[in-house]
Amino acid sequence: MRAFYFYVSSILVGGLFFAFARWLGNDYLFFAGYTVLQFVVLATAWNILGGYCGYVNFGSAAFFAMGAYSSVALHKLAAGVDRYFPESLVGFAKLILPLNIPTLIIFGGIVSGLVGLGTGYLTLRLRGAFFAIATLALAVVLQTLIVNWDFVGGSRGAYIIRPGEVPILGSYIQYLFLVMLVLAVVALAAARIIEQSRLGYGFATIRDDEMAAEACGVPTLKLKLIATTMSGALMGMAGAPFPYYIGYLEPSSAFGLAYAVNSIAMPMIGGTTSWVGPLVGALLLGIIQQIATVTISSAINLLIVGLLLVGFVIVAPKGIIGLVQDFMRERASDKGQPTWRSRLAIFANMRPGAR
Amino acid sequence: MASSITIDNVDAAYGAVRVLEAVTIDVRAAETVVLLGTNGNGKSTLMKCIMGIVRPSSGRIMASIDGVQHDLTSLTTEQIVDLGIALVPEGRRLFPKLTVEENLALGAFRPTARAMIKQNLEACFETFPRLAERRSQLAGSMSGGEQQMLALGRALMLAPKILLVDEPSVGLAPILVSRTIDKIKELKDRLNLTVLMAEQNFTQALRIADRGYVIVHGKIAFAGNSVDELNNNDLIRKFYLGL
Repeated sequence: MRAFYFYVSSILVGGLFFAFARWLGNDYLFFAGYTVLQFVVLATAWNILGGYCGYVNFGSAAFFAMGAYSSVALHKLAAGVDRYFPESLVGFAKLILPLNIPTLIIFGGIVSGLVGLGTGYLTLRLRGAFFAIATLALAVVLQTLIVNWDFVGGSRGAYIIRPGEVPILGSYIQYLFLVMLVLAVVALAAARIIEQSRLGYGFATIRDDEMAAEACGVPTLKLKLIATTMSGALMGMAGAPFPYYIGYLEPSSAFGLAYAVNSIAMPMIGGTTSWVGPLVGALLLGIIQQIATVTISSAINLLIVGLLLVGFVIVAPKGIIGLVQDFMRERASDKGQPTWRSRLAIFANMRPGAR
Repeated sequence: MASSITIDNVDAAYGAVRVLEAVTIDVRAAETVVLLGTNGNGKSTLMKCIMGIVRPSSGRIMASIDGVQHDLTSLTTEQIVDLGIALVPEGRRLFPKLTVEENLALGAFRPTARAMIKQNLEACFETFPRLAERRSQLAGSMSGGEQQMLALGRALMLAPKILLVDEPSVGLAPILVSRTIDKIKELKDRLNLTVLMAEQNFTQALRIADRGYVIVHGKIAFAGNSVDELNNNDLIRKFYLGL
């Protein structure tokens, strides 16, 4: 029943925003909304590994970029069907290429998921700062590979000419926005399901005490690999439509610092223990950044994120969710009757009165 | 229903540091065997070797579970837990941010234990009524003694056949040490467990032990076939008790 409410309310909120933006008739809202939703997906994905398992990933940008570049590669492939395919396959290739955005997202997810799995195998015996450094190194290595891969544009970057219109909706950005909206709901649902399942408890044991988890028979390596794969795949899925959004992709923007920093800062500011945290953090930071971009300058974005992160780490290390929990603990314990606050807490998989 | 462990000539090392040298230990069915030794002599490493958390560099660790032989050195930790060997780790190692009930439920993470989670949870609360009172409290917020109870309870959620207890006395007040030791004895008798307990607290450990080994610098310095032998041993008096 709670899951039902979750899906209904998330579709309602998304649908209302979509209808509102269409009614205003301003495409900028879709451009801005797309970026915010993309960060919702990134933050949720980061939180699966970073928040639930306690493995801090500094290489989010790499997973995002792998998704974006898998789309670029498939786009280039479609553009040069005659050159890249043997004659016997040209007809078939023309039939399926160019791929539509949802298929590209699935491809991006698979590519980044595999990168995540590989990263997991290579680095998960490392802990704490060492794991973080390894993921940072991974981003540098992958960026170097992409810079030197001519097929996807190398360091020159790649132009993606997106279709001007789509059927039914009309504007292409509205279509991209809807796709990202669905992806965000999928990511949140995945995080929510993980949290309530045995998998989520397994992750929590890894975060709390990995050795004790092993002594309890929790298959820690397997769970960690599941986490890196899922987290990577979702980041790749967030990146896959990006070339079509931006129109021109180059390595230094795809591997940009903003993605790595934001996908860490958003869950940290929102709170890492529940799926609500990354959502709140991403909405808050994403919207502030969009407003700052149009009112002041886009260069100030990272400064805002940095200052907020420092502030939250000092004042509220458990994030906004932690603040809300503290607030609920004071009130919910009155008579043992469920209050709207404790109901809210249960909805968001938080224990009222906990911590 | 006989379950026992045989450790044969086990060597273990962390990198270049040798921690265990030719350790041979025998824990027979339904026995309580104590492993005595001060800090840094390899007790915990031996426990971890049995659980497959640390891999011995040579030697064999065999477990006989209900009469079936298993070579533990070739199994993963999950498989070993599945066989019914439970470890209560040193320093309790609870999941501090999860509730008591969640901690207990996680003791039954493996499929074999999950089927019996209800009975085991009830049995656990029956054995440790205090845990029932605090079932929705965060584990990290309980006292040391309660946490030790929870650590024991978590291991029992597996319905183990062999219980490994690593230093149950760490960080506990003397009266709680004695209560914990009594509890282990009670559980052993009631559930017909085979117990291997590593402990520094000589007198407390010997209260419930059938036999014991003294481990010094990674080697078995003395194997006592009875509590008396351990009590009246010159080596122990000299090296261990400092008398």
